[in-house]
Amino acid sequence: MQGELLQGTLDLLILKTLAVGPAHGHTIAHAIERQSEDVLQVEHGSLYPALHRLEDRGWIASFWGTSENNRRARYYRLTPKGRGQLAEQTSRWDEIVRAINRVLRPAD
Amino acid sequence: MPWSRFFHRGRWDEERTRELEDYLARETEDNIARGMTAEDAARAARRKLGNATRIREEIYDMNTLHLVETTWQDLRYGLRLLRRTPAFSIVAILTLALGTGANAAIFQLVNSLRLRPLPVEKPQELVWVDVDTQGIGRTGWMMSRRGRMTQALWDALRREQHAFSQVFAFGLTKWNLAADGESRLADGMYVSGNFFGALGVRAHVGRVLNDADDRTGCGTAGAVLSYGFWKARYGGNAAIVGQPITLDGYPFEIVGVTPPGFFGVEVGRAFDVAVPLCAEPLVRGENSGFGHPERWFLDTMARLNPGWTVETANAHLKTLSPAIFAANIPPTYNAETTKGYLQFIFTAAPGETGVSGLRKTYASQLWILLAATGIVLLIACANLANLMLARATARDREVAVRLAIGASRLRIVRQMLAESLLIAACGAAGGALLARWVSAWLVAFLSSEYDRLFLDLTPDWRVFGFIALIAVATCLLFGLSPALAVTGTNPGRTIQAGGRSTTDSRERFTLRRALVAVQIALSTMLVVGAVLFGRTLRNIVSVDPGFQPDGVMVVEADLRRTRIQPAARPAAHQEILDRVRAVPGIATVAEAFIPPISGSVWNQRIVIGGVVQNGSVNFNQVSGEYFAVLGVPVIAGRTFDSRDRPGAPKAVIVNQTFAHRYFSGTSPLGQTFQYEPSGQGPQPDFHIVGVVKDTKYVDLREDFVPIVYLAAAQDEQPGPSLSMVVRSDLSPASLTPGITRAITDATPGVSLTYYTVPGFIRESLKIERLMATLSGFFGVLAMIIAVVGLYGVMSYLVTRRKVEIGIRMALGADPHVVVRMVLAETGVLVAVGLVAGILLAIAGSSWAQSLLYALKPWDPSSLSLAAGALALVSLVAAWFPARRASRVSPAIALRE
Repeated sequence: MQGELLQGTLDLLILKTLAVGPAHGHTIAHAIERQSEDVLQVEHGSLYPALHRLEDRGWIASFWGTSENNRRARYYRLTPKGRGQLAEQTSRWDEIVRAINRVLRPAD
Repeated sequence: MPWSRFFHRGRWDEERTRELEDYLARETEDNIARGMTAEDAARAARRKLGNATRIREEIYDMNTLHLVETTWQDLRYGLRLLRRTPAFSIVAILTLALGTGANAAIFQLVNSLRLRPLPVEKPQELVWVDVDTQGIGRTGWMMSRRGRMTQALWDALRREQHAFSQVFAFGLTKWNLAADGESRLADGMYVSGNFFGALGVRAHVGRVLNDADDRTGCGTAGAVLSYGFWKARYGGNAAIVGQPITLDGYPFEIVGVTPPGFFGVEVGRAFDVAVPLCAEPLVRGENSGFGHPERWFLDTMARLNPGWTVETANAHLKTLSPAIFAANIPPTYNAETTKGYLQFIFTAAPGETGVSGLRKTYASQLWILLAATGIVLLIACANLANLMLARATARDREVAVRLAIGASRLRIVRQMLAESLLIAACGAAGGALLARWVSAWLVAFLSSEYDRLFLDLTPDWRVFGFIALIAVATCLLFGLSPALAVTGTNPGRTIQAGGRSTTDSRERFTLRRALVAVQIALSTMLVVGAVLFGRTLRNIVSVDPGFQPDGVMVVEADLRRTRIQPAARPAAHQEILDRVRAVPGIATVAEAFIPPISGSVWNQRIVIGGVVQNGSVNFNQVSGEYFAVLGVPVIAGRTFDSRDRPGAPKAVIVNQTFAHRYFSGTSPLGQTFQYEPSGQGPQPDFHIVGVVKDTKYVDLREDFVPIVYLAAAQDEQPGPSLSMVVRSDLSPASLTPGITRAITDATPGVSLTYYTVPGFIRESLKIERLMATLSGFFGVLAMIIAVVGLYGVMSYLVTRRKVEIGIRMALGADPHVVVRMVLAETGVLVAVGLVAGILLAIAGSSWAQSLLYALKPWDPSSLSLAAGALALVSLVAAWFPARRASRVSPAIALRE
């Protein structure tokens, strides 16, 4: 994995990805990679325990569905609770980024 | 985490596997689409995903509870181990089942007798009202097994008290169900009208008695049957309500049946029939407790008013007492008795668990038996610990390897304990089954036709809790030390030692020997107990009672339902005696008011030369042939004869002890004495006409006491019953039909009850017989377990030292020396165990002293007998391994 992901960031990325619509594990992994223009390379295996953890907390839900090429796959979708979490965590992330930026570039 | 997730963690894992496979398939497809070969595509996909097994494990961990998961694993592993060695498992489980079963059986009795609340409404509100006689004791006639209260006192008490919402009374009795001929007895209760209502007992069929049934002068009122009696006698037929039942010849209408769990309020007995108290004067007639404030026949219980406690109730009863006792002084009391009576105080005690005479009778026996079974269980645990240690030793290398590669000691100990827990749980389950059977057997052992015991033995949470506690305690006792011993070794050394020689450490072997010594010590205790109780029984049985009990039968004729008037009774008695004497096969017959060892006592204080003598004297009233029937020699003077008519001077015969105590040095013949004066006029003079040999009166254990025999023929007011002793060489069963016919022909309506004097003696010894039987059984059981343990350890010792012994033999050692070496090792163990055991036995048996007869707890011959027996069987057990040792081939030293 390039660039250690901050603790909890993977969760945020998953939530963000699912905000668009339901997706299965493979799609989520590639979506994160693609959206970050390959900077954030998730070890795809680590995605699954994270998905399990989020589901445990009730932020996402899973169901078995049929994918575009007619294969059964496990889909994940955001729950209302997860949507709230996403908003909250996004604003906290922005705060942190702003804070760090203020430290790094005080002149601006 | 929800529990459902835990139980479905296997299915979850499957889903994850499919999900990961799905990922790999998609990634591979994508890769192929990018132009890779199929093989490269699959490899790249796997690399992209990472370690799939580790991912699954990570998720599985999130789903599981570690403690539960590993415990479950341990149990399954333990089960596999136990299944692999069925012989060990069966022996271990059986040993524990025996130990647990014996403990649980005795505990079940303790529970039923002492701990379980009565099966009635709000038993915690019940109190049991008694009279504190200030150590003076009640004077008068104790009419029932538990005569605590007179009718007059109960009546006054219930009218004047405020502490209780209900005060209710019951009088225990036995009724004859047969209309005439040979009697059939039922356990009965005269109950106050509010009895069932106050207890909150509702009818199973029909109705229970109420206040309306208990009216003064009610005659034959309604009768309520117990569930058990209803099932046994009427087959549970509901149509019997409204039908009559004959009690002592009076027909009562059956009004209802009580529910299955209700046995009365006296724990240890069950009632058959209850009738209202108001029927008592009719049934008992001139023997009624009504209008006789010196006849004690009732028990009283009460339900506390809200806000009252046992303490406040006691204070209240204390203030009421002086007036109530002063208003109900029996006219027959003399000044001294009255003075004592006026000091009596009503008391209240918690009645939640009912009342019970058995509690006191069997108190020390039950605790001793519980202790004995506890010791058996300890021995079984020590033995199992030894076996487990041997098993654990076989797993030494496995444990060492696991420790070396990082398993925690706690984890391995837990795993080994799981195996012990399985054994303990199976043993406890077996014990629970055994316990029901054993405790039922014990109740049956103590029960007899004339003294029926009843204990509700359905196990409740206390019994199950006790068994569970035993299971956990035994598991820790026999499982923990081997587990700690095995995991406590240095894994490096164990692995280095390899499989060539056994790796048993010195400390561990010391532990095994210590366990055997403990077993020997504990079984010595039990064997000493068995010898003491066994000899006690033998000592009592071989006591000379002063009469010849064999072949003596007792016939009790109840004449209340005959039409014989009181004035005609003496003649009627004479006719019955003559008719019985004429029955073929009967050698002699005599009247005897109190047959020997029957449990009845009649005692009184006497006055000689105007001086009231210390201590009371036992009385009896017999006809002249009594001494011939019982084989009691007349030493001086004569027995009763035709001179001793009604109206003639009152003749009495005394025993040797009486003569010696009151007329020491002079001849008692011709001397006179009187009863202690009562409140009613002067007492007649008794003229001593004969002296007979001493006999036991109520109990074989007693010392000879003074006895006075009055002449039956001089009784001016004989009661409505006649009790006879009969000597015959024929069996009682073959005689009874003839006697019944002979008596009923002359006096229709008579009802007869038969006993035998040997039966009375057996009955009086049942506690001693129980203790001897059970302690003997436990002693033998303990000895077997301990000796098997000893054998196991000595065999192990020989196996362990085979090489050493082989070398000794190769160097020319005499086989006898080898045998002696093994036996010497045994001797040390046994000697240590015996000494400790005898010290323990002496310490423990001092509280059994009261149960022994003609023996000291530290009786040297009993101690040496027990020690000798144990030493002998130990020697035999050690001899087999010793002989095997002496036959070790010297070549073994080379081969191993």
